[in-house]
Amino acid sequence: MSHELGPLLLTFRLASVTTVILFCIGVPFAWWLANTRIRCKPAIEAMVSMPLVLPPSVLGFYLLLAFSPEHWFGQWLDRVAGLRLAFSFEGLVVASIIFSFPFLVHPVQAAFQSLPRSLHDAARVLGKSRWQIFFHVLLPNIKPALLSGTVLAFAHTVGEFGVVLMIGGNLPGQTRVASIAIYDEVESLNYAAANFYAGVLFVLSFLILLLVYVVNRRVPNGHG
Amino acid sequence: MICASIDKCLHGADGEFRLGAELEVAEGEFVALYGPSGVGKTTLLRCLAGLEQPERGLITVNGESWLDTAQGINLAPQLRRVGYMFQDYALFPNMTVRGNLEFALRPDANKKRVSELLDLMELGALQQRKPETLSGGQKQRVALARALASEPRMLLLDEPLSALDAEIRVRLQDEILRLQKHFGITAIIVSHDVGEVYKLAQRVMVMEAGTIVRQGTPTAVFCGGQTSGKFAFTGHILEIEAMDVLFSLTVLVGSQIVRVVASRDEVQQLQQGDRVMLVSKAFNPMVLKLAD
Repeated sequence: MSHELGPLLLTFRLASVTTVILFCIGVPFAWWLANTRIRCKPAIEAMVSMPLVLPPSVLGFYLLLAFSPEHWFGQWLDRVAGLRLAFSFEGLVVASIIFSFPFLVHPVQAAFQSLPRSLHDAARVLGKSRWQIFFHVLLPNIKPALLSGTVLAFAHTVGEFGVVLMIGGNLPGQTRVASIAIYDEVESLNYAAANFYAGVLFVLSFLILLLVYVVNRRVPNGHG
Repeated sequence: MICASIDKCLHGADGEFRLGAELEVAEGEFVALYGPSGVGKTTLLRCLAGLEQPERGLITVNGESWLDTAQGINLAPQLRRVGYMFQDYALFPNMTVRGNLEFALRPDANKKRVSELLDLMELGALQQRKPETLSGGQKQRVALARALASEPRMLLLDEPLSALDAEIRVRLQDEILRLQKHFGITAIIVSHDVGEVYKLAQRVMVMEAGTIVRQGTPTAVFCGGQTSGKFAFTGHILEIEAMDVLFSLTVLVGSQIVRVVASRDEVQQLQQGDRVMLVSKAFNPMVLKLAD
């Protein structure tokens, strides 16, 4: 049984690590993006949204090239941080962060933008610093968006296939996540195992989304 | 004493215009900025608070320089210690009424100030409520209490009562006046309501297209310096009806509908929706006291 659970556990470890890091990077980034007036903002927004439209294999292909020890970036990472990202768990985390970026950033950015400007102004006039405003006024009033963004990013990482296959391959315990395992089991006509993984993912995905809708209905929208 | 001179380019509905205003406000004075919307009243207020920066400007408050574009001085809004009431109240939706006031306290402030203000504004019963459950008038009172909780050196009020109905407005005007006197605080209110200006302000500055065109006591500014026995109201024409040789005008004055008779000559240049002044020259009106 432990053999069968491996890919599932790996999937949730990957999704959890990815989501935590993504949250820490993505929320401040969304705040910056919501407020910045720099010229190249459309270009940055387009870059953020790229994973939504690109075939995952395209992203995976370029990441694989960049991470490979042959490439200067891969060599630099290896030299500076001792990181080898191609065909490793760390590589999957990096790729998943990039791939799930818009799923967190979009709802959070939209929520920041829909907060009335006067809330920010009021807090400034009351003598509050940028960080006080961010943590005490802005973040608490976009809770529903933070929840949706986080859960979507998590769920999307759970469901990702193409990128993982390209840069992770199929190494048990390292990169063999559930979605890869399903594909693998089906290829070897082992339908029972595939069915087990697929069923677990199906039910869990539904429960996660159900949770979001139930909680968002209960939390009165802060800025409604 | 507040001395300010502000020069800023604004984008109005009819294209760009310059906000070029100079004003002086004495300690403890209550001043109104009066004028139609879109002439730069709110922007002037936001410049005073430091929420917007003019291209050129100078603001000194009791000798302390808040803004001097020539010398590159621009004190952050956090350091100006003004109390600002926003048109939409800007109460923090995630905090209770008490939470909003506590958040506004200065780090060295005595926590008792919150309870005092809640008592003073009769908000005690609402203190654990979230802003979204409050009525417009209640929100306005919380916003006023919050502005005062930060122990501001001046109070800036941006059309604070415009969203409220007439009865609550009058009550809250009394409240604002009472608190302004209680704390002896300098106050500047933006308003386009003559009644409000009359009631609250000692001095009114009339703004048109970015400049202050007239100023003085409300009586001097709105009555041209002379109160006569003339009886005059402004209102909007709701209906013009022909009656034999005369015409009947139905006019909305404040919240009251008045019917008056007009001659053909008078009616010729009028149409529905026009703003008119009803003046009675010859008769002294009867004054009847009403029960409350």
